[in-house]
Amino acid sequence: MEKRVRFKSGWLPWVLIAPQMAVVLVFFFWPAGQALYQSVLSQDAFGGSVQFVGTENFDRLFADDSYLNSFKTTAFFSILVASIGLSVSLLLAVMANRLMRGSGIYKTLLIWPYAVAPVVAGVLWLFMFASPMGVVAFFLRSMGFEWNHLLNGNHAMALIVMASVWKQISYNFLFFLAGLQSIPKSLIEAAAIDGASPWHRFWTIVFPLLSPTTFFLLVINVVYAFFDTFAIIDATTHGGPGKDTAILVYKVYYDGFKALDMGGSAAQSVILMVIVVALTVIQFRFVEKKVQY
Amino acid sequence: MIERRPGLDLLSHLILLLGVSIVAFPLYLTFVASTQTAEQISSSIPMSMLPGNHFLESYRLALFGGETSLGSKVPAVWPMMQTSLISALIISIGKISISLLSAFALVYFRFPFRNLFFWMIFITLMLPVEVRISPTYEVVSNLGMLNTYAGLTVPLIASATATFLLRQFFLTVPDELVEAARMDGAGPMRFFKDILLPLSATNIAALFVIQFIYGWNQYLWPLLVTTNEDMYPIVMGIKRMLAGEAYTEWNVVMATAILAMLPPALVVILMQKWFVKGLVDTEK
Repeated sequence: MEKRVRFKSGWLPWVLIAPQMAVVLVFFFWPAGQALYQSVLSQDAFGGSVQFVGTENFDRLFADDSYLNSFKTTAFFSILVASIGLSVSLLLAVMANRLMRGSGIYKTLLIWPYAVAPVVAGVLWLFMFASPMGVVAFFLRSMGFEWNHLLNGNHAMALIVMASVWKQISYNFLFFLAGLQSIPKSLIEAAAIDGASPWHRFWTIVFPLLSPTTFFLLVINVVYAFFDTFAIIDATTHGGPGKDTAILVYKVYYDGFKALDMGGSAAQSVILMVIVVALTVIQFRFVEKKVQY
Repeated sequence: MIERRPGLDLLSHLILLLGVSIVAFPLYLTFVASTQTAEQISSSIPMSMLPGNHFLESYRLALFGGETSLGSKVPAVWPMMQTSLISALIISIGKISISLLSAFALVYFRFPFRNLFFWMIFITLMLPVEVRISPTYEVVSNLGMLNTYAGLTVPLIASATATFLLRQFFLTVPDELVEAARMDGAGPMRFFKDILLPLSATNIAALFVIQFIYGWNQYLWPLLVTTNEDMYPIVMGIKRMLAGEAYTEWNVVMATAILAMLPPALVVILMQKWFVKGLVDTEK
């Protein structure tokens, strides 16, 4: 879409767009270029000798078991966060949508975690499971379940999944609710007259019509699990025990700023960029499809 | 309502109440912990689930710092809240301002490389801070922007989402308004200020809510560019309280957590209408 009527000025548009372009060039394109450039260089930790090594950094990464494991950890983590987060929010949204009264109050009570910083979410959940005073850890122990996220990798994973899902429920809930409200009532009424039960109506009418929203949220949740959960992990498990919860973003940070392996960290950044580009392309393809639909 | 099913209504209420309580439980526990003393929390197993009577002490200690009863030092959170507020405001207002200007240029002018600029802004969507942390850090440190508000905010200020949202909105503004303005002799900046800005008010409010929360909740970026305690935002300070001492003062940490949540949560709840609009619009 284009405007028919425009202003004429040789210099004004350049001035108007200059601030945005300055930030974009200096803080996005230049560093991204640097990442690409450094990923093919090898540098010692003191910044002394630099040499071109081609794909060696990448070869080293893909030969590195801890990096490959980090991929698996990230995939496992994202699948858990997305699937649990989406099903819980969908359940709540469907329930809120069918109520005539009170859904506004429930909405207000469910959306505030969006405002909580991921690191604060991590601290809150850590507190519930911390030994010895953590309420939930105590409750589990009294039921004979020994909780220890400092030693047990599965427990640590469960902890970061719960904190991440908790933080994301409000977002998913709002989008599901908006999606549900846009489904024409007449369709559901027609099915009801034909004698379809609420359960049947949900799976044959509501759920298929909601699929664009679900797919959109799926992509958003995977992106969230990949990138925004860094703070949750840094607050709760530090990627441990061992490397059991070190997702890719945490590893980029750790290798670059703690282990000072710049080449390796830059190569990891490049791989992450490829992943983001792939996810964005998937998302936009889907958006186009939805317009036709 | 399609049909009356009282049983199902009851079930819906039960599920929603369960959901609301699971969502609210960590918050309640945080509040309870912030009203007790550190000894009360750590000595009773599990901690008491009822609010204690040390509310004022915990919050005074958290806000203004000082020595705890056990002698460990607690940093003051009040300056951190100021840092967070200032950077969140710079980020949100900055993002909205430069996006308004660039969307205006992209929609209302024809100039060389317009499409190139559009795509360059679009591509920044694919480069979140997390994927370019170390090179961006180098750029900021070369520019001497470590430990400054400029370093904390400017690298986060470019916004593809805000630019697109405003561009989409400007495209729906009727052309007749431009013609009328031109006929009355108004230049482009006059049109921008007197017609376009007032029309965009709701979009700006919606964007502000989202971007303010985004700015307030930044964690990874401040973690990299600040090494000076005066420049720590609260979200980062809370993490340092956990790591700093072997013995965690949970009551102060939890009071800080409440203080860190309060401003963005208030913004979300008080500006709920714009928040929902902003969320739905920026993502679609």
